[in-house]
Amino acid sequence: MPMIELSRVTKKFRRQEVLKGIDLTLEEGDRVALVGSNGAGKTTLIRCLLGEYRCGGHVRVDGREPRAHRTEVLRRVGFVPQISPPLKMPVGQLVHFAAGVCDSSPDRMFEVAERLGLDARKIRRQPFNKLSGGMKQKLLIAVALGRECKLLVLDEPAANLDPEARHRFFQLLAERKEKAAMIISSHRLDEVASLVNRVVEMDQGRVVLDDQVADDVSMTAMLRSRIELARPSDAFARAAREWGFEESEEGRVWEGRVAGPDRLRFLGVVSRYAALLKGIELREQGGVHAE
Amino acid sequence: MKHLLLTAKADISESLRSRWFLIYTLVFGGVVVALFISGLTESRVMGFTGLSRLLVTYLQITMAILPLFVLITTVRSVAGDREAGIFEYMLSLPVSLSSWFWGKLAGRFLVVFLPVILALFGAVVWGKLKGVEIPWAQVTLYTAFLISLAWCFLGIGMFISTVARSSDVATGAAFIVWLFLLLFLDLILLGVLIREGLPPETVIAIALANPLQVFRTGSMLLFDPQLVLLGPAAYVILDNFGEKGYLAWSILYPLALGTLFAWLGFRLFRKGDLP
Repeated sequence: MPMIELSRVTKKFRRQEVLKGIDLTLEEGDRVALVGSNGAGKTTLIRCLLGEYRCGGHVRVDGREPRAHRTEVLRRVGFVPQISPPLKMPVGQLVHFAAGVCDSSPDRMFEVAERLGLDARKIRRQPFNKLSGGMKQKLLIAVALGRECKLLVLDEPAANLDPEARHRFFQLLAERKEKAAMIISSHRLDEVASLVNRVVEMDQGRVVLDDQVADDVSMTAMLRSRIELARPSDAFARAAREWGFEESEEGRVWEGRVAGPDRLRFLGVVSRYAALLKGIELREQGGVHAE
Repeated sequence: MKHLLLTAKADISESLRSRWFLIYTLVFGGVVVALFISGLTESRVMGFTGLSRLLVTYLQITMAILPLFVLITTVRSVAGDREAGIFEYMLSLPVSLSSWFWGKLAGRFLVVFLPVILALFGAVVWGKLKGVEIPWAQVTLYTAFLISLAWCFLGIGMFISTVARSSDVATGAAFIVWLFLLLFLDLILLGVLIREGLPPETVIAIALANPLQVFRTGSMLLFDPQLVLLGPAAYVILDNFGEKGYLAWSILYPLALGTLFAWLGFRLFRKGDLP
Protein backbone atom coordinates (compact mmCIF):
# COMPACT_ATOMS: atom_id res chain seq x y z
CA MET A 1 0.00 0.00 0.00
CA PRO A 2 1.45 3.45 -0.92
CA MET A 3 2.24 5.80 1.93
CA ILE A 4 0.55 8.67 0.12
CA GLU A 5 -1.91 8.47 -2.73
CA LEU A 6 -3.22 11.64 -4.34
CA SER A 7 -5.53 11.37 -7.29
CA ARG A 8 -6.96 14.35 -9.19
CA VAL A 9 -6.73 16.53 -6.08
CA THR A 10 -8.22 19.99 -6.52
CA LYS A 11 -8.66 22.90 -4.17
CA LYS A 12 -10.46 26.15 -4.78
CA PHE A 13 -10.60 29.30 -2.65
CA ARG A 14 -13.68 31.10 -3.86
CA ARG A 15 -13.01 31.38 -7.59
CA GLN A 16 -9.28 30.81 -7.46
CA GLU A 17 -8.18 27.24 -8.19
CA VAL A 18 -5.01 26.62 -6.21
CA LEU A 19 -4.60 22.90 -6.88
CA LYS A 20 -5.53 21.77 -10.38
CA GLY A 21 -5.73 17.99 -10.33
CA ILE A 22 -2.65 16.70 -8.52
CA ASP A 23 -1.72 13.04 -9.06
CA LEU A 24 1.07 11.78 -6.85
CA THR A 25 2.05 8.54 -5.15
CA LEU A 26 4.70 8.14 -2.45
CA GLU A 27 5.99 4.81 -1.26
CA GLU A 28 7.70 4.03 2.03
CA GLY A 29 11.31 5.15 1.85
CA ASP A 30 10.57 7.96 -0.60
CA ARG A 31 12.19 11.22 0.38
CA VAL A 32 10.58 13.88 -1.75
CA ALA A 33 11.67 17.47 -2.22
CA LEU A 34 8.50 19.43 -2.88
CA VAL A 35 9.76 22.52 -4.62
CA GLY A 36 8.20 25.45 -6.39
CA SER A 37 7.98 29.20 -6.22
CA ASN A 38 5.71 31.06 -3.81
CA GLY A 39 2.07 30.44 -4.66
CA ALA A 40 2.80 27.17 -6.47
CA GLY A 41 0.43 25.29 -4.11
CA LYS A 42 2.93 23.48 -1.86
CA THR A 43 1.45 24.60 1.47
CA THR A 44 -2.11 23.99 0.25
CA LEU A 45 -1.14 20.47 -0.81
CA ILE A 46 0.43 19.83 2.59
CA ARG A 47 -2.70 21.11 4.34
CA CYS A 48 -4.84 18.75 2.24
CA LEU A 49 -2.55 15.89 3.25
CA LEU A 50 -2.90 16.81 6.92
CA GLY A 51 -6.69 16.92 6.57
CA GLU A 52 -6.80 20.63 7.38
CA TYR A 53 -8.39 21.56 4.06
CA ARG A 54 -11.35 19.97 2.36
CA CYS A 55 -10.45 19.26 -1.24
CA GLY A 56 -11.71 17.57 -4.37
CA GLY A 57 -10.33 14.26 -5.64
CA HIS A 58 -8.90 11.46 -3.63
CA VAL A 59 -6.36 11.74 -0.76
CA ARG A 60 -5.10 8.71 1.15
CA VAL A 61 -2.35 8.58 3.78
CA ASP A 62 -1.38 5.02 4.66
CA GLY A 63 -4.69 3.90 3.17
CA ARG A 64 -6.85 6.33 5.14
CA GLU A 65 -8.67 9.51 4.20
CA PRO A 66 -7.11 12.25 6.40
CA ARG A 67 -10.31 14.14 7.13
CA ALA A 68 -12.48 11.15 8.00
CA HIS A 69 -9.73 9.35 9.98
CA ARG A 70 -8.02 12.42 11.36
CA THR A 71 -6.44 11.09 14.54
CA GLU A 72 -5.34 7.76 13.00
CA VAL A 73 -3.69 9.58 10.08
CA LEU A 74 -2.06 12.35 12.12
CA ARG A 75 -0.70 9.83 14.62
CA ARG A 76 1.44 8.62 11.72
CA VAL A 77 2.54 12.09 10.58
CA GLY A 78 5.23 14.36 12.04
CA PHE A 79 4.85 17.94 10.80
CA VAL A 80 7.18 20.93 11.00
CA PRO A 81 5.60 24.15 9.68
CA GLN A 82 7.48 26.79 7.73
CA ILE A 83 6.37 29.60 10.05
CA SER A 84 6.42 28.88 13.75
CA PRO A 85 3.02 29.42 15.37
CA PRO A 86 2.93 32.42 17.77
CA LEU A 87 2.03 30.20 20.71
CA LYS A 88 2.15 31.89 24.09
CA MET A 89 2.19 28.63 26.01
CA PRO A 90 5.43 27.75 27.82
CA VAL A 91 7.80 25.31 26.14
CA GLY A 92 7.18 22.63 28.78
CA GLN A 93 3.43 22.82 28.31
CA LEU A 94 3.70 22.58 24.54
CA VAL A 95 5.90 19.49 24.82
CA HIS A 96 3.57 17.87 27.36
CA PHE A 97 0.50 18.67 25.25
CA ALA A 98 2.09 17.29 22.07
CA ALA A 99 3.41 14.18 23.85
CA GLY A 100 -0.02 13.65 25.43
CA VAL A 101 -1.97 13.74 22.17
CA CYS A 102 0.71 11.81 20.23
CA ASP A 103 1.00 9.02 22.84
CA SER A 104 4.70 9.76 23.18
CA SER A 105 6.71 10.87 26.20
CA PRO A 106 7.91 14.42 26.89
CA ASP A 107 11.34 12.99 27.74
CA ARG A 108 11.72 11.63 24.24
CA MET A 109 10.95 15.05 22.76
CA PHE A 110 13.32 16.77 25.20
CA GLU A 111 16.06 14.32 24.17
CA VAL A 112 15.63 15.12 20.46
CA ALA A 113 15.76 18.84 21.30
CA GLU A 114 18.95 18.23 23.24
CA ARG A 115 20.50 16.45 20.27
CA LEU A 116 19.73 19.55 18.21
CA GLY A 117 21.56 21.63 20.78
CA LEU A 118 18.52 22.97 22.64
CA ASP A 119 18.15 22.34 26.36
CA ALA A 120 14.36 22.52 26.31
CA ARG A 121 14.06 21.45 29.96
CA LYS A 122 15.98 24.54 30.99
CA ILE A 123 13.64 26.84 29.08
CA ARG A 124 10.44 24.92 29.86
CA ARG A 125 8.86 27.93 31.59
CA GLN A 126 9.61 30.35 28.76
CA PRO A 127 6.73 31.24 26.41
CA PHE A 128 7.24 29.61 23.02
CA ASN A 129 6.74 32.90 21.15
CA LYS A 130 9.59 34.53 23.06
CA LEU A 131 12.18 32.04 21.76
CA SER A 132 14.51 32.88 18.89
CA GLY A 133 13.67 31.62 15.39
CA GLY A 134 16.27 28.85 15.63
CA MET A 135 15.08 27.69 19.06
CA LYS A 136 11.46 27.54 17.88
CA GLN A 137 12.48 25.52 14.85
CA LYS A 138 14.50 23.07 16.97
CA LEU A 139 11.60 22.58 19.34
CA LEU A 140 9.09 21.96 16.54
CA ILE A 141 11.50 19.44 14.98
CA ALA A 142 11.85 17.78 18.40
CA VAL A 143 8.06 17.49 18.69
CA ALA A 144 7.82 16.00 15.17
CA LEU A 145 10.73 13.56 15.59
CA GLY A 146 10.21 12.72 19.25
CA ARG A 147 7.56 10.14 18.45
CA GLU A 148 6.81 7.22 16.19
CA CYS A 149 5.63 8.29 12.75
CA LYS A 150 5.59 6.85 9.24
CA LEU A 151 5.51 10.13 7.35
CA LEU A 152 7.45 13.32 7.97
CA VAL A 153 6.12 16.52 6.42
CA LEU A 154 8.71 19.24 6.77
CA ASP A 155 8.06 22.72 5.42
CA GLU A 156 11.44 24.55 5.09
CA PRO A 157 12.56 22.74 8.25
CA ALA A 158 16.20 23.83 8.41
CA ALA A 159 15.77 27.45 7.34
CA ASN A 160 16.53 28.92 10.79
CA LEU A 161 19.12 26.39 11.95
CA ASP A 162 22.82 27.08 12.34
CA PRO A 163 25.25 24.73 10.49
CA GLU A 164 25.90 22.54 13.53
CA ALA A 165 22.18 22.13 14.26
CA ARG A 166 21.60 21.42 10.56
CA HIS A 167 24.14 18.60 10.71
CA ARG A 168 22.48 17.10 13.76
CA PHE A 169 19.08 17.48 12.11
CA PHE A 170 20.35 15.59 9.05
CA GLN A 171 21.61 12.84 11.38
CA LEU A 172 18.17 12.59 12.95
CA LEU A 173 16.56 12.36 9.51
CA ALA A 174 19.06 9.67 8.50
CA GLU A 175 17.93 7.57 11.48
CA ARG A 176 14.36 7.76 10.14
CA LYS A 177 15.34 7.16 6.51
CA GLU A 178 14.32 3.51 6.37
CA LYS A 179 11.28 3.80 8.61
CA ALA A 180 9.47 6.86 7.29
CA ALA A 181 8.58 8.56 4.03
CA MET A 182 9.46 12.26 3.92
CA ILE A 183 8.15 15.31 2.15
CA ILE A 184 10.50 18.25 2.47
CA SER A 185 9.04 21.42 1.07
CA SER A 186 11.21 24.30 -0.05
CA HIS A 187 11.14 27.00 -2.66
CA ARG A 188 14.84 26.32 -3.36
CA LEU A 189 16.03 22.91 -4.50
CA ASP A 190 19.63 23.48 -3.36
CA GLU A 191 18.39 23.71 0.24
CA VAL A 192 17.07 20.16 0.25
CA ALA A 193 18.55 18.39 -2.80
CA SER A 194 21.01 16.27 -0.82
CA LEU A 195 18.34 15.03 1.59
CA VAL A 196 16.03 13.47 -0.97
CA ASN A 197 15.81 10.76 -3.58
CA ARG A 198 12.99 12.31 -5.55
CA VAL A 199 12.03 15.81 -6.65
CA VAL A 200 8.48 16.99 -7.27
CA GLU A 201 8.17 20.48 -8.64
CA MET A 202 4.92 22.38 -8.52
CA ASP A 203 3.90 25.41 -10.51
CA GLN A 204 0.54 27.17 -10.42
CA GLY A 205 -1.23 24.25 -8.78
CA ARG A 206 0.17 21.52 -11.01
CA VAL A 207 3.00 18.99 -10.75
CA VAL A 208 5.36 20.00 -13.54
CA LEU A 209 8.27 17.70 -12.68
CA ASP A 210 8.49 14.38 -10.88
CA ASP A 211 11.95 12.85 -11.07
CA GLN A 212 14.28 10.56 -9.15
CA VAL A 213 17.61 11.98 -7.97
CA ALA A 214 20.83 10.20 -7.07
CA ASP A 215 21.02 9.92 -3.30
CA ASP A 216 24.65 8.87 -2.96
CA VAL A 217 25.25 11.59 -0.40
CA SER A 218 25.26 10.17 3.07
CA MET A 219 22.98 12.22 5.31
CA THR A 220 25.37 11.82 8.21
CA ALA A 221 28.61 12.56 6.30
CA MET A 222 30.90 15.44 7.23
CA LEU A 223 33.24 17.25 4.82
CA ARG A 224 36.43 18.93 5.87
CA SER A 225 36.94 22.13 3.95
CA ARG A 226 39.89 24.46 3.38
CA ILE A 227 39.48 27.70 1.49
CA GLU A 228 42.34 29.93 0.40
CA LEU A 229 41.65 33.53 -0.56
CA ALA A 230 43.72 35.92 -2.66
CA ARG A 231 43.28 38.53 0.06
CA PRO A 232 41.39 38.82 3.35
CA SER A 233 37.74 39.93 3.06
CA ASP A 234 35.44 41.09 5.86
CA ALA A 235 32.32 39.97 4.00
CA PHE A 236 33.73 36.49 3.45
CA ALA A 237 34.88 36.35 7.07
CA ARG A 238 31.33 37.00 8.27
CA ALA A 239 29.89 34.29 6.01
CA ALA A 240 32.62 31.79 6.97
CA ARG A 241 32.13 32.39 10.70
CA GLU A 242 28.41 31.64 10.31
CA TRP A 243 29.48 28.20 9.08
CA GLY A 244 31.79 27.82 12.08
CA PHE A 245 35.01 28.22 10.06
CA GLU A 246 38.24 29.37 11.66
CA GLU A 247 40.81 31.64 10.06
CA SER A 248 44.58 31.50 9.79
CA GLU A 249 47.28 33.37 7.89
CA GLU A 250 45.62 36.72 8.64
CA GLY A 251 42.26 35.78 7.17
CA ARG A 252 43.59 34.34 3.91
CA VAL A 253 42.97 30.70 4.87
CA TRP A 254 39.74 29.38 6.36
CA GLU A 255 39.10 25.85 7.64
CA GLY A 256 36.01 24.13 8.94
CA ARG A 257 33.47 21.34 8.54
CA VAL A 258 30.38 21.14 6.34
CA ALA A 259 27.56 18.60 6.74
CA GLY A 260 27.38 16.31 3.67
CA PRO A 261 23.84 17.23 2.64
CA ASP A 262 24.75 20.91 3.04
CA ARG A 263 27.51 20.86 0.40
CA LEU A 264 25.43 22.43 -2.35
CA ARG A 265 24.20 25.16 -0.08
CA PHE A 266 27.77 25.78 1.14
CA LEU A 267 29.12 26.00 -2.40
CA GLY A 268 26.33 28.44 -3.18
CA VAL A 269 27.56 30.73 -0.40
CA VAL A 270 31.20 30.38 -1.48
CA SER A 271 30.32 31.10 -5.11
CA ARG A 272 29.44 34.66 -4.08
CA TYR A 273 33.16 35.20 -3.42
CA ALA A 274 34.46 33.31 -6.48
CA ALA A 275 36.67 36.23 -7.54
CA LEU A 276 38.56 36.02 -4.23
CA LEU A 277 39.14 32.27 -4.34
CA LYS A 278 42.65 30.98 -4.75
CA GLY A 279 41.90 27.43 -3.75
CA ILE A 280 39.05 25.32 -2.37
CA GLU A 281 39.08 21.81 -1.01
CA LEU A 282 36.24 19.66 0.27
CA ARG A 283 37.13 16.23 1.61
CA GLU A 284 34.80 13.70 3.14
CA GLN A 285 36.10 12.88 6.58
CA GLY A 286 37.55 9.40 6.75
CA GLY A 287 39.73 9.95 3.73
CA VAL A 288 37.25 9.57 0.87
CA HIS A 289 37.84 12.28 -1.69
CA ALA A 290 34.59 14.10 -2.32
CA GLU A 291 35.26 17.11 -4.43
CA MET B 1 -11.54 12.23 26.78
CA LYS B 2 -7.80 12.59 27.45
CA HIS B 3 -7.45 14.87 24.42
CA LEU B 4 -10.44 16.95 25.51
CA LEU B 5 -8.95 17.44 28.97
CA LEU B 6 -5.53 18.30 27.53
CA THR B 7 -7.11 20.90 25.22
CA ALA B 8 -9.20 22.35 28.06
CA LYS B 9 -6.12 22.54 30.28
CA ALA B 10 -4.11 24.28 27.55
CA ASP B 11 -6.91 26.80 26.99
CA ILE B 12 -7.27 27.49 30.72
CA SER B 13 -3.52 28.14 31.09
CA GLU B 14 -3.56 30.35 27.98
CA SER B 15 -6.45 32.42 29.36
CA LEU B 16 -4.95 32.70 32.83
CA ARG B 17 -1.80 34.19 31.32
CA SER B 18 -3.66 36.71 29.19
CA ARG B 19 -4.33 40.33 30.07
CA TRP B 20 -8.05 40.13 29.38
CA PHE B 21 -8.47 37.60 32.17
CA LEU B 22 -6.76 39.89 34.66
CA ILE B 23 -9.02 42.79 33.68
CA TYR B 24 -12.07 40.53 33.71
CA THR B 25 -11.29 39.27 37.22
CA LEU B 26 -10.57 42.77 38.48
CA VAL B 27 -13.87 44.05 37.05
CA PHE B 28 -16.03 41.43 38.79
CA GLY B 29 -14.02 41.46 42.01
CA GLY B 30 -14.04 45.25 41.89
CA VAL B 31 -17.81 45.42 41.42
CA VAL B 32 -18.44 43.38 44.59
CA VAL B 33 -15.88 45.36 46.59
CA ALA B 34 -17.38 48.63 45.31
CA LEU B 35 -20.86 47.48 46.28
CA PHE B 36 -19.70 46.68 49.82
CA ILE B 37 -17.75 49.90 50.16
CA SER B 38 -20.75 51.92 49.00
CA GLY B 39 -22.63 50.54 52.01
CA LEU B 40 -25.26 48.83 49.91
CA THR B 41 -25.85 46.08 52.46
CA GLU B 42 -26.72 48.61 55.13
CA SER B 43 -29.12 50.64 52.98
CA ARG B 44 -32.78 49.90 52.45
CA VAL B 45 -34.38 50.61 49.08
CA MET B 46 -37.72 49.21 47.86
CA GLY B 47 -37.76 46.77 50.76
CA PHE B 48 -34.40 45.14 50.02
CA THR B 49 -31.81 45.03 52.72
CA GLY B 50 -28.61 43.18 53.42
CA LEU B 51 -27.06 40.73 51.01
CA SER B 52 -30.14 40.26 48.82
CA ARG B 53 -29.91 43.91 47.73
CA LEU B 54 -26.25 43.52 46.95
CA LEU B 55 -26.89 40.34 44.97
CA VAL B 56 -29.68 41.94 42.92
CA THR B 57 -27.41 44.86 42.03
CA TYR B 58 -24.50 42.52 41.27
CA LEU B 59 -26.67 40.41 38.97
CA GLN B 60 -27.90 43.48 37.07
CA ILE B 61 -24.34 44.69 36.55
CA THR B 62 -23.22 41.18 35.56
CA MET B 63 -25.97 40.99 32.97
CA ALA B 64 -24.56 44.05 31.25
CA ILE B 65 -20.86 43.14 31.41
CA LEU B 66 -20.58 39.34 31.34
CA PRO B 67 -22.05 38.69 27.85
CA LEU B 68 -19.87 41.36 26.24
CA PHE B 69 -16.72 40.10 27.94
CA VAL B 70 -17.46 36.49 27.05
CA LEU B 71 -18.32 37.30 23.43
CA ILE B 72 -15.40 39.61 22.70
CA THR B 73 -12.69 37.54 24.40
CA THR B 74 -13.93 34.26 22.94
CA VAL B 75 -14.20 35.46 19.37
CA ARG B 76 -10.90 37.34 19.53
CA SER B 77 -8.95 34.42 20.87
CA VAL B 78 -10.46 31.70 18.67
CA ALA B 79 -10.61 33.66 15.41
CA GLY B 80 -7.29 35.30 16.32
CA ASP B 81 -5.63 31.89 16.83
CA ARG B 82 -6.84 30.81 13.41
CA GLU B 83 -5.62 34.01 11.81
CA ALA B 84 -2.19 33.80 13.47
CA GLY B 85 -1.61 30.26 12.19
CA ILE B 86 -1.90 28.53 15.56
CA PHE B 87 -4.63 26.24 14.24
CA GLU B 88 -2.40 25.10 11.37
CA TYR B 89 0.13 23.72 13.82
CA MET B 90 -2.03 22.60 16.74
CA LEU B 91 -4.48 20.81 14.44
CA SER B 92 -1.65 18.98 12.71
CA LEU B 93 -1.29 17.06 15.97
CA PRO B 94 -3.51 13.98 16.31
CA VAL B 95 -6.22 15.59 18.40
CA SER B 96 -9.78 14.96 17.27
CA LEU B 97 -11.80 17.96 16.15
CA SER B 98 -14.51 17.27 18.74
CA SER B 99 -11.93 17.12 21.56
CA TRP B 100 -10.36 20.34 20.31
CA PHE B 101 -13.62 22.28 19.96
CA TRP B 102 -15.41 21.07 23.09
CA GLY B 103 -12.18 21.09 25.10
CA LYS B 104 -11.65 24.74 24.22
CA LEU B 105 -15.28 25.48 25.10
CA ALA B 106 -15.02 23.68 28.45
CA GLY B 107 -11.75 25.38 29.37
CA ARG B 108 -13.07 28.79 28.46
CA PHE B 109 -16.30 28.19 30.36
CA LEU B 110 -14.37 27.54 33.55
CA VAL B 111 -12.26 30.63 33.00
CA VAL B 112 -15.18 32.99 32.36
CA PHE B 113 -17.37 31.51 35.05
CA LEU B 114 -14.91 31.26 37.92
CA PRO B 115 -14.21 34.99 38.56
CA VAL B 116 -17.94 35.78 38.44
CA ILE B 117 -18.86 33.03 40.84
CA LEU B 118 -15.86 33.69 43.08
CA ALA B 119 -16.93 37.33 43.36
CA LEU B 120 -20.46 36.17 44.24
CA PHE B 121 -19.20 33.78 46.90
CA GLY B 122 -16.76 36.42 48.08
CA ALA B 123 -19.78 38.60 48.77
CA VAL B 124 -21.44 35.74 50.63
CA VAL B 125 -18.37 35.12 52.79
CA TRP B 126 -17.99 38.83 53.51
CA GLY B 127 -21.69 39.03 54.40
CA LYS B 128 -21.32 36.06 56.73
CA LEU B 129 -18.34 37.69 58.45
CA LYS B 130 -20.36 40.87 58.90
CA GLY B 131 -23.23 38.89 60.39
CA VAL B 132 -25.63 39.54 57.52
CA GLU B 133 -28.29 36.89 56.87
CA ILE B 134 -27.45 34.81 53.78
CA PRO B 135 -30.36 34.14 51.37
CA TRP B 136 -29.11 30.68 50.34
CA ALA B 137 -31.98 29.89 47.96
CA GLN B 138 -31.27 33.12 46.06
CA VAL B 139 -27.52 32.47 46.02
CA THR B 140 -28.06 28.98 44.58
CA LEU B 141 -30.47 30.17 41.89
CA TYR B 142 -28.26 33.15 41.00
CA THR B 143 -25.36 30.72 40.57
CA ALA B 144 -27.49 28.64 38.22
CA PHE B 145 -28.50 31.78 36.26
CA LEU B 146 -24.86 32.81 35.93
CA ILE B 147 -23.81 29.34 34.71
CA SER B 148 -26.62 29.45 32.20
CA LEU B 149 -25.82 32.99 30.96
CA ALA B 150 -22.07 32.36 30.67
CA TRP B 151 -22.67 29.11 28.75
CA CYS B 152 -25.19 30.78 26.43
CA PHE B 153 -22.83 33.55 25.35
CA LEU B 154 -19.89 31.21 25.16
CA GLY B 155 -21.84 29.05 22.71
CA ILE B 156 -22.78 32.12 20.66
CA GLY B 157 -19.14 33.29 20.81
CA MET B 158 -17.82 29.95 19.53
CA PHE B 159 -20.38 30.03 16.72
CA ILE B 160 -19.33 33.53 15.65
CA SER B 161 -15.65 32.50 15.82
CA THR B 162 -16.32 29.61 13.45
CA VAL B 163 -18.31 31.65 10.96
CA ALA B 164 -16.09 34.77 10.89
CA ARG B 165 -12.76 34.24 9.12
CA SER B 166 -10.95 37.16 10.76
CA SER B 167 -10.78 38.39 14.32
CA ASP B 168 -11.88 41.89 13.31
CA VAL B 169 -15.05 40.62 11.67
CA ALA B 170 -15.67 38.29 14.63
CA THR B 171 -15.28 41.14 17.13
CA GLY B 172 -17.62 43.36 15.13
CA ALA B 173 -20.21 40.59 14.86
CA ALA B 174 -19.98 39.84 18.60
CA PHE B 175 -20.52 43.47 19.45
CA ILE B 176 -23.55 43.71 17.14
CA VAL B 177 -25.08 40.57 18.69
CA TRP B 178 -24.64 42.01 22.17
CA LEU B 179 -26.07 45.37 21.12
CA PHE B 180 -29.01 43.71 19.39
CA LEU B 181 -29.91 41.68 22.50
CA LEU B 182 -29.47 44.73 24.69
CA LEU B 183 -31.83 46.73 22.46
CA PHE B 184 -34.50 44.10 22.90
CA LEU B 185 -34.57 44.51 26.67
CA ASP B 186 -37.93 45.58 28.05
CA LEU B 187 -36.99 49.14 28.78
CA ILE B 188 -35.84 50.15 25.35
CA LEU B 189 -37.16 48.66 22.19
CA LEU B 190 -40.04 46.62 23.55
CA GLY B 191 -41.78 49.80 24.71
CA VAL B 192 -41.39 51.26 21.25
CA LEU B 193 -42.76 48.09 19.63
CA ILE B 194 -45.89 48.20 21.79
CA ARG B 195 -46.36 51.87 20.99
CA GLU B 196 -46.13 51.05 17.29
CA GLY B 197 -49.03 48.63 17.66
CA LEU B 198 -47.28 45.26 17.68
CA PRO B 199 -49.41 42.63 19.54
CA PRO B 200 -48.25 42.33 23.18
CA GLU B 201 -47.92 38.52 22.77
CA THR B 202 -45.34 39.02 20.01
CA VAL B 203 -43.43 41.51 22.11
CA ILE B 204 -43.45 39.13 25.08
CA ALA B 205 -42.36 36.26 22.83
CA ILE B 206 -39.42 38.40 21.70
CA ALA B 207 -38.58 39.08 25.33
CA LEU B 208 -38.82 35.39 26.18
CA ALA B 209 -36.46 34.54 23.34
CA ASN B 210 -33.84 37.08 24.43
CA PRO B 211 -31.45 35.34 26.85
CA LEU B 212 -30.54 38.67 28.46
CA GLN B 213 -34.19 39.46 29.16
CA VAL B 214 -34.83 35.91 30.38
CA PHE B 215 -31.92 36.24 32.81
CA ARG B 216 -33.18 39.64 33.93
CA THR B 217 -36.79 38.54 34.46
CA GLY B 218 -35.63 35.35 36.20
CA SER B 219 -33.50 37.31 38.66
CA MET B 220 -36.38 39.76 39.23
CA LEU B 221 -38.72 36.87 39.96
CA LEU B 222 -36.58 35.88 42.93
CA PHE B 223 -37.20 39.06 44.87
CA ASP B 224 -40.52 40.04 43.24
CA PRO B 225 -42.57 36.82 42.84
CA GLN B 226 -45.57 38.71 41.34
CA LEU B 227 -43.29 40.56 38.87
CA VAL B 228 -44.92 43.85 39.83
CA LEU B 229 -41.90 45.67 38.43
CA LEU B 230 -42.51 44.20 35.00
CA GLY B 231 -46.06 45.54 34.56
CA PRO B 232 -48.76 43.78 32.50
CA ALA B 233 -46.29 41.42 30.85
CA ALA B 234 -46.12 39.64 34.19
CA TYR B 235 -49.62 38.21 33.62
CA VAL B 236 -48.61 36.50 30.40
CA ILE B 237 -45.44 35.11 31.96
CA LEU B 238 -47.03 33.91 35.19
CA ASP B 239 -50.18 32.57 33.50
CA ASN B 240 -48.20 30.55 30.96
CA PHE B 241 -45.20 29.49 33.05
CA GLY B 242 -45.98 29.91 36.72
CA GLU B 243 -43.21 31.02 39.07
CA LYS B 244 -41.30 27.73 39.14
CA GLY B 245 -41.82 27.16 35.45
CA TYR B 246 -40.30 30.52 34.60
CA LEU B 247 -37.35 29.95 36.92
CA ALA B 248 -36.73 26.66 35.11
CA TRP B 249 -37.06 28.47 31.75
CA SER B 250 -34.56 31.12 32.91
CA ILE B 251 -31.98 28.42 33.58
CA LEU B 252 -32.72 25.87 30.86
CA TYR B 253 -33.43 28.14 27.87
CA PRO B 254 -30.05 30.00 27.83
CA LEU B 255 -28.30 26.67 28.44
CA ALA B 256 -30.13 25.12 25.48
CA LEU B 257 -29.51 28.17 23.28
CA GLY B 258 -25.78 28.17 24.08
CA THR B 259 -25.56 24.45 23.41
CA LEU B 260 -27.43 24.86 20.11
CA PHE B 261 -25.08 27.61 18.91
CA ALA B 262 -21.99 25.71 20.09
CA TRP B 263 -23.22 22.60 18.28
CA LEU B 264 -23.90 24.60 15.09
CA GLY B 265 -20.44 26.13 15.43
CA PHE B 266 -18.90 22.69 15.80
CA ARG B 267 -20.75 21.40 12.71
CA LEU B 268 -19.39 24.31 10.65
CA PHE B 269 -15.91 23.95 12.15
CA ARG B 270 -15.84 20.23 11.28
CA LYS B 271 -17.17 20.83 7.78
CA GLY B 272 -14.94 23.69 6.69
CA ASP B 273 -11.24 24.38 6.20
CA LEU B 274 -9.51 24.45 9.57
CA PRO B 275 -6.70 27.05 9.36
